[in-house]
Amino acid sequence: MTQEPASSALRARAETLSAPLPPLQAHAEQLARALLMGGHGRRQSGMGDEFWQYRPAQAGDPGRAIDWRRSGRSDGHFVREKEWQAAQSVHLWVDLSASMGFSSDKSIPPKSDRSALLAMALSILLMKGGERVALASLGTPPRIGTLQLRRIAEGLSQEGPEDYGAPDTALFLPHARAVFLSDFLGPIEQVEQAVAAASDRGIAGVLYQILDPAEEAFPYQGRTVFTSMSGALSHETLRASDLRSRYLDRLAERKDHLARIAHHAGWRFATHHTDHADLPALLWLYEALEGPR
Amino acid sequence: MWVLGPIGFATPWLLLALAALPILWLILRAVPPAPIRRRFPGVALLLGLKDEEVETDRTPWWLLLLRMLAVAALIIAFAGPVLNPRVDRGGSGPLLILMDASWASAPDWALRIGRVEQALDEAEADGRTICILPATDLPPADLESGGCDFLSAADWRPRLAGLEPAPFAPDMAALRAALPEENGLETLWLSDGLAHAGRDAVLSELQAAGPVSVFETARSTYALGPVTLTEEGVTLPVLRADPEGPGEVTVAAHGTDPAGIARELDRQTVSFDAGEAMAEAGFDLPPELRARVKRFEITGQRSAGAKRLTDDSLKRREVGLVVVREGGEGLQLLSQLHYLRAALTGKADVIEGALTDLIMANPDVIVLADVAQLSGSESADLLDWVHEGGLLLRFAGPKLAASDVARTDEDPLLPVRLRAGGRTLGGAMSWGEPKRLRPFGEASPFYGLPVPEDVAVSAQVMAQPDPDLASRVIATLEDGTPLVTRKSVGQGQVVLFHVTANAEWSSLPLSGLFVSMLDRLAVTSQSAVLDAEELAGQSLQPIRLMDGFGTLSDAGARAPVAGEDFTRAQASRATPPGIYQTRDSLRALNVIGEGETLSRTSWPADVPILGVEQGQEWPLSQLFLLAALALLGADLIASLWLSGRLFGARVVSMLLMPLLLGMTLMSPQSAQAQQIDDEFALRATSELTLAYVRTGDAALDRVSEAGLAGLSQVLTARTSVEPGPPMGVDLESDPLGFFPILYWPVAAGQQMPSAEAYAKLNAYLRTGGMIVFDTRDADVASFGAATPTGVRLQALAGPLDIPALEPIPEDHVLTRSFYLLRDFPGRHAQGTIWVEASPAMQAAEGMPFRNLNDNVTPVIIGGGDWAAAWAVDDTGFPLLPVGRGLTGERQREMAYRFGVNLVMYVLTGNYKSDQVHVPALLERLGQ
Repeated sequence: MTQEPASSALRARAETLSAPLPPLQAHAEQLARALLMGGHGRRQSGMGDEFWQYRPAQAGDPGRAIDWRRSGRSDGHFVREKEWQAAQSVHLWVDLSASMGFSSDKSIPPKSDRSALLAMALSILLMKGGERVALASLGTPPRIGTLQLRRIAEGLSQEGPEDYGAPDTALFLPHARAVFLSDFLGPIEQVEQAVAAASDRGIAGVLYQILDPAEEAFPYQGRTVFTSMSGALSHETLRASDLRSRYLDRLAERKDHLARIAHHAGWRFATHHTDHADLPALLWLYEALEGPR
Repeated sequence: MWVLGPIGFATPWLLLALAALPILWLILRAVPPAPIRRRFPGVALLLGLKDEEVETDRTPWWLLLLRMLAVAALIIAFAGPVLNPRVDRGGSGPLLILMDASWASAPDWALRIGRVEQALDEAEADGRTICILPATDLPPADLESGGCDFLSAADWRPRLAGLEPAPFAPDMAALRAALPEENGLETLWLSDGLAHAGRDAVLSELQAAGPVSVFETARSTYALGPVTLTEEGVTLPVLRADPEGPGEVTVAAHGTDPAGIARELDRQTVSFDAGEAMAEAGFDLPPELRARVKRFEITGQRSAGAKRLTDDSLKRREVGLVVVREGGEGLQLLSQLHYLRAALTGKADVIEGALTDLIMANPDVIVLADVAQLSGSESADLLDWVHEGGLLLRFAGPKLAASDVARTDEDPLLPVRLRAGGRTLGGAMSWGEPKRLRPFGEASPFYGLPVPEDVAVSAQVMAQPDPDLASRVIATLEDGTPLVTRKSVGQGQVVLFHVTANAEWSSLPLSGLFVSMLDRLAVTSQSAVLDAEELAGQSLQPIRLMDGFGTLSDAGARAPVAGEDFTRAQASRATPPGIYQTRDSLRALNVIGEGETLSRTSWPADVPILGVEQGQEWPLSQLFLLAALALLGADLIASLWLSGRLFGARVVSMLLMPLLLGMTLMSPQSAQAQQIDDEFALRATSELTLAYVRTGDAALDRVSEAGLAGLSQVLTARTSVEPGPPMGVDLESDPLGFFPILYWPVAAGQQMPSAEAYAKLNAYLRTGGMIVFDTRDADVASFGAATPTGVRLQALAGPLDIPALEPIPEDHVLTRSFYLLRDFPGRHAQGTIWVEASPAMQAAEGMPFRNLNDNVTPVIIGGGDWAAAWAVDDTGFPLLPVGRGLTGERQREMAYRFGVNLVMYVLTGNYKSDQVHVPALLERLGQ
């Protein structure tokens, strides 16, 4: 009896937590379905479930490898080969800091919204393709399956208290893939270190910057006090319009820096704006993960 | 009240607050606009950026100025500013308010009364006594007090309403006599601005008594001078008092139109050259028009001087000389008409011709010189003409003497009976000398004319001594025999000179007396020169008199003015300007006499002249408050702009929306379209008009028009319906309500009308209109077979409000509304037509028709191509063939009959349906 309230409270919390998930998952699945083309084969024989080809048995093939049914229809012996289906591990790091919660206009979703959506859709896509996916903030190893998907969705709906997030690559498996989704407006050094550490372990990946259009255009005028989302940082100006060109310079420089980091590590980098459509972004991510292979 | 220039302040000490403005300047300068707080993740990139312009943290100077102005406007508004504050000049002792009160002060009379009221207010405040003395309305000079009551302002105020400008100039001599004898008298002289003789003397007398100030308006005074007749019309001088600078006035001639309704007959714009005090207004008026002119006036000038009344002097009489064919070429000097022509030239419009033609021309005077016998119809017409006011002037002569006209009975066209033969005086075969004229008696219209010694009569016709002869004689010879007799016939009169119109019987036509006598008989128009002589001995009764504003009113029972006085008279209290009547003519007396000019008064330099510039008190507080509000509003917008909050999308849309709204609302409605609408309406409604719907197919529309024209032709010929030319209507743009029937030929490719057009059509159908749809396919269509036009008709008529239809029943009113018809052929003989379904009802026993007193069907649908059968070309012949040979002509005739029935049905409704009751009615009548 005494444990009953505790479990029901836990369950209620879980319900509350998972409440936003189904639509997110559904939306992400809808987005992912647009890209799924079928099996995730490697187009060569190897370990896997799918039939690949029959080939004449050669010397050295174990006897049990011979497909007798096929061989019985002809004179030679045939070996049944299967398509190689290798599973890859993909680590997602999604910036859950406060700065991702920014949106400049009611009609534009917050950056976190877009990043969660993209991460979720990407996870679905990858799992459908047979890859294992892990969300860095959960600290769990890459897994596949609906449960993992739910966990990822749960993890994406949490929001950090800090202003800017830093990627954490400690738990990344070697030779896995990594996807960093963030606005990269925070300290750049942490990103640089994380990418360096990951690439040291043979991890290839993607830096995907998600920006609000206001952050790209800086449409502000007049006397303004700019504060970070939590209010920890602030900057006052008397004429915001004067700052625009210099801000834009700095932003371009930041993007340059990120591109350089990605380039050195053999990663890919791109910028996405929240007022743009989400499908091309997903397409690009998918293609970027697929690409170098 | 503290006065600064034209502005006074009710609480001037508040203005001290203006001194605080510089302090405000310093305070406001130090406060930068409040910042906006924005959450912005990109702030990390902003850290360390410095503002380039440090000084912008102060409010910009123009915003400061705006705020300062707003505060200053507030301060001034609360200080109670007043424009043109009324300032008392003070003063003591009696105050004489002297008003010229002439016609020249009429245009701004209200202003003058206002000034007097102001003076009364001031005097009341100072407790002074006042006398108001209008120079044109002086009290009788024999009053003891010098004619002026010094009373309190309260006593004068009720009398102010009774003061009126007089229609004449003030008499300064009389005014001088009427001035009150009082010392310490202050005078306020409300001058009319015109120089009047003797004004200086009055002024010096007043100045001797006390200070004098003069009130004058800057307005220029205009007046009209005497009218002069010219060849083309009339001219009259326009006078003005201020010759400085060029000027322009408009002079209008008012009179009656032929129907007797007062109208403006002509209008001329007169420009003054700089320095000119007079300009000529020339009117190009033909005699008929000139005779109708009642007055000239300067438009926009409400004074008696700016109006010029006209009298009979503008009229020229029309005199008809009856020309009898003279046998052979007589000498001109022996002609009966020569002296008459000479006497009338330039004074009357002479027309000559046969008597019947002259009576048709309806002249004022017809002269019959020695014409004795008139045919029966001629004399009857002539008598009618005299009855209606014509003057028949007859001269005797050999023919009259020889005829037996008016021998036994009085001829209606001769004043007296005549003795046969007449008499000859001083000839070789007679005893006497030629007789002279006796001076004219007082009753005679010639009274006062001098009789020249050398006028002698040697032959004349003699009057029978009838009882009323004496009353008819207006001129006699020395021996008392009548020379000129006259009698009234109806409104006109008949005058007989008992001598010839040439010099054969007397020397009268050779003398000036002859001309004067013709003048007196009003044969010729009066000329000014003869005025005095003519008016001598007459009295003139005023009929209409003018007041100072130039308004005419009935004279009432005023005493008549003697003619001698009248000729000398200027406009004055005894002889106010207006219309006066003599026995037989109207005379006008005007404000401005012959040769008068206007000039402005020149006051001595020591007389202060007050203008009207000192206008109304005008509190300015609201204005300043509004200005402050507007400035604060501007400040609000400017502050928003400065802080970057102005150009949010929402704010801009809010600012722009009223602008756009206003622009859409102000989309101009074309006045031209309105005019076209009116023309259309006039064309459609001036006569009954058949109309067809323009389908957009030009050939079809032409046939429709020709068809309705043919039907109109047949209707006009056979029925009392006489339609005007048919009209095509555009369903989109034209109003339909004017037409009882719309013929709508259906073209397969016709555009669907718009929703508005359908609304219009439905309204038309509901309010009693009828549309005849013609699919023009009765040759191929039958029940159940769809033709292109039939399909189109279904589409077109879909949105229409059409009741249930049925094929036309045999007893439908349409079969008997004019002709009795069985079928309704057009160009195609076959086919049924559809009308509104009639209620199911059985015909009564023995009745040929059902008793259907329902509505007129709103639509008739058929395919007969009727317009083609009706169509005629410009010459009225059929445009298109129908059928073949005589059968075809028969079919066309039937088509016309259907058209006639159709129009009759539309116009008379179910009137013919009531015919079923005729047998019953006849039966009752038989009982």
